[in-house]
Amino acid sequence: MATAVMTTLDPRSRAASRGLSDISIRNLFIIPTIVFLIVFNIFPLLYSLGYSFTDFRASTNAPARFVGLANYRALLNDPFIWSNFAITAKYVIVSVAGQVLVGFGVAMLLNRAIPFKGLITTLLLLPMMLSMAVVGLFWKLLYNPSWGVINYVLGLGNFEWLSNPDMALYAIAITDIWMWSPFVMLLSLAGLSAVPKHLYEAAAIDRAGPFYTFFRITLPLVAPILMIAIIFRTMEAFKTFDLAYILSSQPTTEVISIRLYKMAFQEWQTGMSCALAYIVLIMVLAITNIYVKYLNKVKER
Amino acid sequence: MAAVRTSGEVALNRVAIVAVLLITLIFLAPIYWITATAFKPRNLATTIPPTVVFTPEISPFVKLFTKRSQLREAPSPEEYEAAPWWERTIMDGGEKVVRSGRGEVQLSGYPDRFMNSLIVAITSTVLAVGMGTFTAYGFSRFKVKGEGDLLFFILSTRMLPPVVVAIPMFLMYRAVGLNDTHWGLIILYTAFNLSFSVWLMKGFMDEIPKEYEEAALVDGYTRMQAFFKVVLPEAATGIAATAVFCFITAWNEYAFALIMTNRRAQTAPPFIPSQVGSGLPDWTVIAAGTFLFLLPVAIFTFLLRNHLLRGMSFGAIRK
Repeated sequence: MATAVMTTLDPRSRAASRGLSDISIRNLFIIPTIVFLIVFNIFPLLYSLGYSFTDFRASTNAPARFVGLANYRALLNDPFIWSNFAITAKYVIVSVAGQVLVGFGVAMLLNRAIPFKGLITTLLLLPMMLSMAVVGLFWKLLYNPSWGVINYVLGLGNFEWLSNPDMALYAIAITDIWMWSPFVMLLSLAGLSAVPKHLYEAAAIDRAGPFYTFFRITLPLVAPILMIAIIFRTMEAFKTFDLAYILSSQPTTEVISIRLYKMAFQEWQTGMSCALAYIVLIMVLAITNIYVKYLNKVKER
Repeated sequence: MAAVRTSGEVALNRVAIVAVLLITLIFLAPIYWITATAFKPRNLATTIPPTVVFTPEISPFVKLFTKRSQLREAPSPEEYEAAPWWERTIMDGGEKVVRSGRGEVQLSGYPDRFMNSLIVAITSTVLAVGMGTFTAYGFSRFKVKGEGDLLFFILSTRMLPPVVVAIPMFLMYRAVGLNDTHWGLIILYTAFNLSFSVWLMKGFMDEIPKEYEEAALVDGYTRMQAFFKVVLPEAATGIAATAVFCFITAWNEYAFALIMTNRRAQTAPPFIPSQVGSGLPDWTVIAAGTFLFLLPVAIFTFLLRNHLLRGMSFGAIRK
């Protein structure tokens, strides 16, 4: 039935007499997905854009009142919000730098004739496949000051990881480094294995030292893929919620996603939180654009 | 690398091997520790020095599935006021917190949460992979106006921080009564995974030669028949890999589940951490719940090891 209707609507296709035309198949395959994503991604964003100009509170029945740009002005002038952004930036820098150092370092080590290389690589994949919330939970167990394994192994006595305001953010970053260094390692390994062997042979003939070889051959050739790893991890670290929320509730670890969550679902400042969500959104889009630019660059290689 | 020649290089290689093995052990240690804790008798879970040698027990798992404390009576207002927030969350969901003689909060409701996780993750995976496969085929085989822009739009939906989308979704769901329902989470996870499924499946579809379908068309198949009988079987491994990816993502998701559910449809990721109060939680039982929750992901990771890199970098790198 539907087939007949669609083919008559589309006389252009030569295959009209043999079932659906190519164009209607294409539309049938693509349009539902696009519509679905618009309804569940774009529409909510527009909906919250509207609320971001109001003083709406979802906890009361009071109707939303239009306040213009007041929410945005208040947020951009709020030093606490800026400190949330500063905490987020610090977290991103520490955890991404750590992941790059550990991940790239392990990749350099693995890029040799290592026995069980495949098995080791597979085992190292495990942390990043786990749930961040649950990882946060069991690192809480490991970090426990009085009986946690970490303090015992490192001989730190009763060292406070998570209840110490100065340490908590680093503790979260360490967990994040544990989870995601393998990701940087994997991308680095792919990059390292793509470096042409003859370059190293030429360097060896020229009696180039290991440092010269590393900085002049290895690093420049791996840099594009490493850059992808960095941008990808930066984007993810900027969005961090689960790990920080589960591990610690210090003011010093209140990254922007947690602030946003509290503002929306604990203080019920719905309008205000929609405005903050938009500020965050614009930042994410900026990082995303850089990411996509590099992605295309590397794909073209 | 070039062949190892000098004795110095041999020594260096040995150092590298030892270092790699050591790092691997360090990386696996936290996972080993939570697994070990899940099989410990209660009194050995929090000893100092940590207990390494012990007789494994299954009692934590037994407790996990038997110690249930469904609400028989509503908490009194005084009880509610006196309770800390994490216990209130459970009370709001209709379960009363039961404390043992030593004041410990006891676990409850894990089997339900595990089932919820299964229902939500499996259904959303089927939907996302199904729609994603069709859409990927559409993009791979037909001319689409503004294909690059559309694909970027699809990808961009995944880049938003969950909390940003969650605020309007919460309000919309509240308006239509989808909060705390399986379907509410299923729709969200499908939307979340769909972009990923389209991108990954497009990579697989592009690799299937067009000649296969053309041959089928010559044999008198319609496009649809060619798709179902020729292309889909060829894409089976890709579909399986994509499905596992989507399943793991939905299985692990926390922020939406935390915001959109509280009891009926709550999944395991918000539930398991909520069981750790300030008192003395039974870590063996929590570890048992965690271990069971991690098990499917560990198995899938092993089965999927060759597809992981490609999936995680959206096809930027081909291995």
